[in-house]
Amino acid sequence: MTNPIRIVHLYPREMNIYGDRGNVLTLARRLEWHGYAAQVIPVNRGDRLPTGTDLIVGGGGQDSGQGLVVCDLARLGPDLAAMADDAVPMLMVCGLYQLFGHAFRTGSGTILHGIGVLDIETMSSPRRMIGNVVARSDDFGQIIGYENHSGRTTLGPRVRPLGRVDVGVGNNGTDGTEGARFNNLIGTYLHGSLLPKNPAIADHLIQIAVRRRFDSAQLRTLDESLSDEARRVALTRPR
Amino acid sequence: MSGVSATGGVTMSRTWAAREPLAVRDVDDRRAVQRRRPLLDGATVAIGRTTRFVTRLWGGGTAMPGLVVERLNPGFVARALAPLPFGVVVVSGTNGKTTTTRLVVELLRGQGLDVFTNPSGSNFSRGVASALLGRVDSFGRIRADIAVLELDEAHGVHFVADVQPRHSLLLNVFRDQLDRFGEIDTTARLLGEIAKRTSGTVVLNRDDPRVAAIADTVWPTPVSFFGIDPTLRDRFPNDDELHSRDSDPERPEQLADVLLTAVETNRATFEFDGARHTVDLRVRGSYNQLNAAAAMALVRAILGDAVDERALLDTVSLVTSAFGRGEIIEVRGTSVELILVKNPASFRLALESFDPVDCATVVAVNDHDSDSRDVSWLWDVDFSTLQHSGVAMVTGTRAADMALRLRYDGIHPSAVETNLRRALERLLASNSGRTIRIYCTYTAMLQLRRHLAALTPLAGIDG
Repeated sequence: MTNPIRIVHLYPREMNIYGDRGNVLTLARRLEWHGYAAQVIPVNRGDRLPTGTDLIVGGGGQDSGQGLVVCDLARLGPDLAAMADDAVPMLMVCGLYQLFGHAFRTGSGTILHGIGVLDIETMSSPRRMIGNVVARSDDFGQIIGYENHSGRTTLGPRVRPLGRVDVGVGNNGTDGTEGARFNNLIGTYLHGSLLPKNPAIADHLIQIAVRRRFDSAQLRTLDESLSDEARRVALTRPR
Repeated sequence: MSGVSATGGVTMSRTWAAREPLAVRDVDDRRAVQRRRPLLDGATVAIGRTTRFVTRLWGGGTAMPGLVVERLNPGFVARALAPLPFGVVVVSGTNGKTTTTRLVVELLRGQGLDVFTNPSGSNFSRGVASALLGRVDSFGRIRADIAVLELDEAHGVHFVADVQPRHSLLLNVFRDQLDRFGEIDTTARLLGEIAKRTSGTVVLNRDDPRVAAIADTVWPTPVSFFGIDPTLRDRFPNDDELHSRDSDPERPEQLADVLLTAVETNRATFEFDGARHTVDLRVRGSYNQLNAAAAMALVRAILGDAVDERALLDTVSLVTSAFGRGEIIEVRGTSVELILVKNPASFRLALESFDPVDCATVVAVNDHDSDSRDVSWLWDVDFSTLQHSGVAMVTGTRAADMALRLRYDGIHPSAVETNLRRALERLLASNSGRTIRIYCTYTAMLQLRRHLAALTPLAGIDG
């Protein structure tokens, strides 16, 4: 295929803490297995978003990493918002999930202004929420992941949750929701990494990207026995 | 020149201790712990040793006597260590503590010092208390020149509040057990606390920005650095460089007291005092060659001009890796290599250090509390160097996650066996006369050693 699907990896230098590379790798490999070429383009601070972006993936960072990217993200904000409105598929995990919202209030009371693409707000809490998570969604079935965050996120009316939590905390521990969706953007606290153990979400993003690019998408049936087994084992592990 | 001879260690050491500059607060701290309590400490030793005797009869572990000592007499460890003429030195960091501590201990012994050290293990302060029981007299007084302690990042802060280190060596901060520490920066802060409590010299890795930055926070305590030659940077990425090698060009270059300038298999070149020295090494893996540079920098900080350079280089070439860190165990004509991998950095460096050709490669991943409950870190390791030779087996509680991880690097392991004992039996049965190299997480390593001990006599494991 001469015309690869372009995957933008946002801030791989600062926002990479919980195996976020696994999500990018999974999209690239699965695209190839489905018969499409893939190209991964890292976008770091100061870089421009490439034209013809098909998929955008962002990960989690430390508080210091978030502090570093927040200004640069504001620069990209209008473009990212336009792409989200245009239904470009994106996956934002943990730190960038928070910064794609309106604001993140840190433990010291500082407010990090997000780009407001997602109608969510996050407050830091003194207790860190760490452990295995099982959630469920109508579109993707059971979602298996691992959370490690101190922010509690509340959803506004313009987003819908990714799923409802069966095991773990999720967005805030009170309303039972996990993650947020707007158009084809998925935000979530789950890593593990998320996509290899949840191929249904990976192929959902791929399907949209391919259809947007080529007007039609025929994904192959892949052997999921290894991810089935990893999912089964994860369900048996303690929180 | 041999400033500290094997026989005169204690005498020389007292001279050295007298020369150490002490801040006022340190003197106060020392007076507090030096208020001796010979009756209490004597009774503690007697009870602790009785406990040890009884638990050994029952075939129990080493933690119990330490726990008894801690509960009975919380000031015991600090008082026992206070009179050491060369003081207490500590080694910490996320990667390489155990082997580096071992290197420092052997290097100091090679300089003629009588060294007390703690066994590497899960519970730090109990381990120190237990080990002390074997080394103190009936009044709780230690007979040694210096204590060299491996300090876990989390336990370290509590320990140094009670026992002030004379010198500290801080190796690195890599992402490690984030489900325990939350963030890398948290770990860096904990190391910074250890540095602030240090009275003598703080020895730092100049090429790890989080560790090097500690230098600015300890003034006026003297700081010394170890490091790598800029030409080797690609081989030793710090945590920020794990994902993009475009390292910070503005990074200031501190002058290193000991510099690693060249690495080969089983051989390395070190530069200090303006001269380069190439030595054969028995510690395995390029990362342990950097640990050797760190250990030498610490010994030079401890002994100053009195260090015997020839003995330093002779000893460093003889030290072997700590158990489970490149250890080779012979079982019925088959060599089993255990290589501890606990986080992305150690796994990457191990894969770069060992040639996969002509051996059966195995990965054993557990997710118990002492490993990492979160297995995301496996996705930060690039396994493509194993594509050609393949992977014979994946095992451990998270064998399925490891198999899935390998699939995305184009590798299909020949077998998946969650149970470590069964995995070992199958591997030994099908690889007679070959080398089986097992990359294993911490608890997987301990379990594999126990199963191997049932097949062949093994140091450090009873019966």
